[in-house]
Amino acid sequence: MPQAVVFEQPAPLTLPRKRIRWGEQLVHVLLFIAAAISVLTTLGIVLSLLLPALDFFREVSPWEFLTGTTWAPLFLDAHFGVVPLVVGTFLISFLSALVAFPLGVGVAIYLSEYAGQRVTGVLKPVLEILAAIPTVVLGYFALTFVTPLLRDIGLDVEIFNALSASLVLGVMLIPTIASLSEDAMAAVPRDLRDGGYALGADKLQVSTRIVVPAAISGIIAAFVLGFSRAVGETIIVLIAAGQLAQITFDPRETIETMTAFIGATGNGDIPTGSIEYKTIFAVGLTLFVITLVMNLISIRLVRKYREIYE
Amino acid sequence: MTLVEHERPHEEPTPESSRESRAWRNRLFKAAMLFSMLVAFGTLVVLLVDTIVTGWPAIEWKLFSDPPSTLPEEAGGRPAILATLYLGALVLLLSVPIGVLTAIYLEEYANRERWWNRFIEVNIQNLAAVPSIVYGILGLAFIVRGIGVGRVVFAGGLILTLVVLPTVVVASREAIRSVPDSIRQGAFALGATKWQVVWRQVLPAAIPGMATGSILALSRAVGETAPLIMVGAITYVAFDPELFGAYTALPVQIYNWTKQPDPEFQTLAAAGALVLLVIVLTMNAVAIFLRNRYRRQW
Repeated sequence: MPQAVVFEQPAPLTLPRKRIRWGEQLVHVLLFIAAAISVLTTLGIVLSLLLPALDFFREVSPWEFLTGTTWAPLFLDAHFGVVPLVVGTFLISFLSALVAFPLGVGVAIYLSEYAGQRVTGVLKPVLEILAAIPTVVLGYFALTFVTPLLRDIGLDVEIFNALSASLVLGVMLIPTIASLSEDAMAAVPRDLRDGGYALGADKLQVSTRIVVPAAISGIIAAFVLGFSRAVGETIIVLIAAGQLAQITFDPRETIETMTAFIGATGNGDIPTGSIEYKTIFAVGLTLFVITLVMNLISIRLVRKYREIYE
Repeated sequence: MTLVEHERPHEEPTPESSRESRAWRNRLFKAAMLFSMLVAFGTLVVLLVDTIVTGWPAIEWKLFSDPPSTLPEEAGGRPAILATLYLGALVLLLSVPIGVLTAIYLEEYANRERWWNRFIEVNIQNLAAVPSIVYGILGLAFIVRGIGVGRVVFAGGLILTLVVLPTVVVASREAIRSVPDSIRQGAFALGATKWQVVWRQVLPAAIPGMATGSILALSRAVGETAPLIMVGAITYVAFDPELFGAYTALPVQIYNWTKQPDPEFQTLAAAGALVLLVIVLTMNAVAIFLRNRYRRQW
């Protein structure tokens, strides 16, 4: 019997770092600096809003600002109640959500559950083109095409009105809602659909009772993000909805949103340090806080549904 | 086990009628979905046709060669169109390097365990959804008034860069993520350093995706109006723009023409919108073409 060869146990392999690669370290630092620019941007936004806004609140009490129902900062008898601007903003946002949410989800279900690969390959780029139309062009379209059209069909709308701005804004939001909702639906495992079909469900039942509920947090995230985009949209409402700050829930009337006020006022030559100048920042801060809360909700929802199916 | 029976007190429909109503519900649902598509695409078509029909009469050489004027028959958009091209070039030069480097950091270098790296990620997601007019306020406070460079092309380019930077980062990250790990490990196995792996293997493979994302971001920057009305872009500019000079951009020029009561200015606005649409949609077409042409299956 041959003697068993006993191998000597090799020394544990160690790969000591010969030298520090300074070039690699430098690259790491440079990359970090590039990434930090985004943090600096946020910091810059917060500071540029907060400091003048604090100045503003030294002259106008936050209570008067948040609860006042008259917005007339440029008048001799100035009033600084932001409520009309907030009401205008939410009127526009709710109306456009009324257009964009059902239609966006409809498009998403169609693309995800019904359309074949070839149809999707054509329709998705077209949706992207709709998303790429500059807002100034959409605003012009709302003012010169949609408003006259509304009058033609017998609606008694003002020249500048909330309705036409909301309709166009709603259509503009369809691609955003559709694409995010479709992502969420695509993440629903095939097994769930097959299980439904195996139990005798038809396509309508599988779509509405299995796919949509399973993707619901993603769809809600899309809604929240879409709503926040509507709140932040400036040019369409500035062109088509007008600049008359009033508390009204009638979409046929002229209104003013927070963004429209900022855009119209920032455009002019207002002396730095004047109270009119500071209102831009107070309204901007209000807008920023509203959209920030919505974005954080949306980010959280998206993360939640990702955890379930991946 | 006889529970099932009396839990359904209502009359079961006959198979025939149930099948029929099922078919109808399905048809109705499909019709509703097709209606959604119709609204989206119909609006797009109507908008394009309306802009072309209204704007076409004003597409003349003077639109590209003459400065704006208070007389509509003399007004052109040359300074605005030039400034928009300058802005586009600036955004491209600034946003692509910063965006790609940020994406490389987040995908290849950042340790997700560290809170500051997670913070950078959430921060970028959030910046992507900040209204563009808020960036305009940032520009108004810092660039134009704070540092005092004034309402110049460079300031506009800087702000537009910040507006689209999150888009570039997100697109570049996706492109980097789609490069399979086996390529990185192969390069590491051959003794490459981390940066060599990233620079010579990952980046070349990710270029088509990054290019697509960058062009889409650029097209968004070119069509952006809201931040520019805050940081520059005055109504009346009669001379060609310079990097540190006063300017107006094409979207702002369109906006200003829209505000004029004279209907001839409305025609000019439509013509300007047409030019802007051609620029933006060409970029989108190039981006979609690149994506389809270089889509790689690993």
